[in-house]
Amino acid sequence: MKYIRDFTVTLVNPVNANHTLLGLTSKESLPGILPGQFVQLQIPSSNPSFLRRPFSIHDVDFPSHTLYLLIKQVGKTTTFLCHAKKGDIVNLIFPLGRGFSLEQNKKVLLAGGGCGVAPLLYLARCLQKNHNDIYILLGGRTREDILEADVFGQLGKLYIATEDGSRGEKGLITLHSVLKESFDFLYACGPQPMLKAMAAIAREKNIPCEVSLENNMACGIGACLCCVTETVRGNECVCTEGPVFNTRELKWPI
Amino acid sequence: MADLTVHIGSLTFKNPVLAASGTFGYGIEYTDFIDLNQLGGFVTKGTTLHPREGNPYPRMTETPCGMLNAVGLQNKGVDYFIAHIYPRIRDLNTHVIVNVSGSSIDEYVAVAAKLNELDKIPAIELNISCPNVKEGGMAFGTSCESASQVTRAVRKVYSRLLIVKLSPNVTDITEIARSVEAEGADALSLVNTLLGMAIDIRRRRPVLSTVTGGLSGPAIKPVALRMVWQTHKAVKIPIIGLGGIMNAADAIEFILAGATAIQAGTANFINPRSCIEIIEGIHEYLEKENIKTVKDLCGSLQC
Repeated sequence: MKYIRDFTVTLVNPVNANHTLLGLTSKESLPGILPGQFVQLQIPSSNPSFLRRPFSIHDVDFPSHTLYLLIKQVGKTTTFLCHAKKGDIVNLIFPLGRGFSLEQNKKVLLAGGGCGVAPLLYLARCLQKNHNDIYILLGGRTREDILEADVFGQLGKLYIATEDGSRGEKGLITLHSVLKESFDFLYACGPQPMLKAMAAIAREKNIPCEVSLENNMACGIGACLCCVTETVRGNECVCTEGPVFNTRELKWPI
Repeated sequence: MADLTVHIGSLTFKNPVLAASGTFGYGIEYTDFIDLNQLGGFVTKGTTLHPREGNPYPRMTETPCGMLNAVGLQNKGVDYFIAHIYPRIRDLNTHVIVNVSGSSIDEYVAVAAKLNELDKIPAIELNISCPNVKEGGMAFGTSCESASQVTRAVRKVYSRLLIVKLSPNVTDITEIARSVEAEGADALSLVNTLLGMAIDIRRRRPVLSTVTGGLSGPAIKPVALRMVWQTHKAVKIPIIGLGGIMNAADAIEFILAGATAIQAGTANFINPRSCIEIIEGIHEYLEKENIKTVKDLCGSLQC
């Protein structure tokens, strides 16, 4: 079941120069939400954009009816959100899309590049409940791009890669030494070249890999057919068949 | 209670608000948000004889007060529709109209003939105005001769309500309207999207994979409204008006200009409850203005 509902901004917490953690609270209790699902957000008071904007659900606190979004400031809507005030109203259509598979009692790796960590926090919480052995790998250009490392560190063994070597191993996230270990399952979100490299690593290891894709969306509910990606079954909507796909389903040249 | 019912040909619609093709899937996508039975009707995604994968990504970009799309009629074909979709929507208490597209007259005819057999599909909307396919589509809707040919051919095999959806990408839409009226169309819907484009100046490339796409949303409303007004004066058959309708006030403008009914399209993407809110808003307006029936409003513009 999908809902349209107003939420009140209850937390605006700058994470670094251009990322903000946003807490959005509903008057009513939240429905079940899977990690990897997303919201379509609109700002009714000012409509900085014409269409809604999709954002991954970063974290959920059911007792307080609060959803958390990790916002990277890139355009008008995200600028508004990064400078929102407590009490501002946003309208959400949620929860949308297919989430990640929740493994049990497995050794799993979660890899997040830059703002790609957004859907991985709630995923890590759910995987922890399922008694998985969790490895978390965060990557970025510099240490400034490593988001919420302390929070992730509480949920699993934390590994970091930066391209300039300012934090953790120097180099691309996909070349980090922890990837030499054996895992049962890979989860990844980040820029597409990183996801393709993770898919190649998973294929080499012969293990499943799920990635969360980003795409331009109009409706977010499978009606407009704008946000397609090429899969083995043909063009499929990222909003309804994804945003999480098993990399074996994707027609990626890897 | 103001009366919202309208008549198009032999069909009675409980209200003048329909959801537009390509923005409403097969209705099923919207059932979490609205009761489909409250709609005057809805028009399905464009349906072709054979399955179509549509155009490559990127297919969409936002533009000022609107959006460009180049979906390219992605659909699973008419046989899939009949086998898998029709059973799920046939018992709805609203008019389900199938949008029919093709790349040749034979294809349009074949799809229409199959749909003519479905008792619970009371009408088709002939899409001779899709700007996003290489062959057919808009090509049929931009000359009087080809618009007449495809309407004539479909009319021969389709006995229910035949609506023809017109393209705004023409010099004089009233000529096309008169041509399809003469070939037996029961009603017209106008307008489809306006051909447009957007460029990524950093990459110096078009934003859409197909270079050009169809512009929709409030950006096109004044153009669509003008065309409905012109066409209303040129033909006798009913007009279903669409193009950037976001709320009841927009809908009432189209009705005053001569539309018997209206379709909301892009609005559904932003607010999935748009159609219901438009119905409520029209009702409120009639009550407030002390107008007994929406039919009295149709074409009542004074100028």
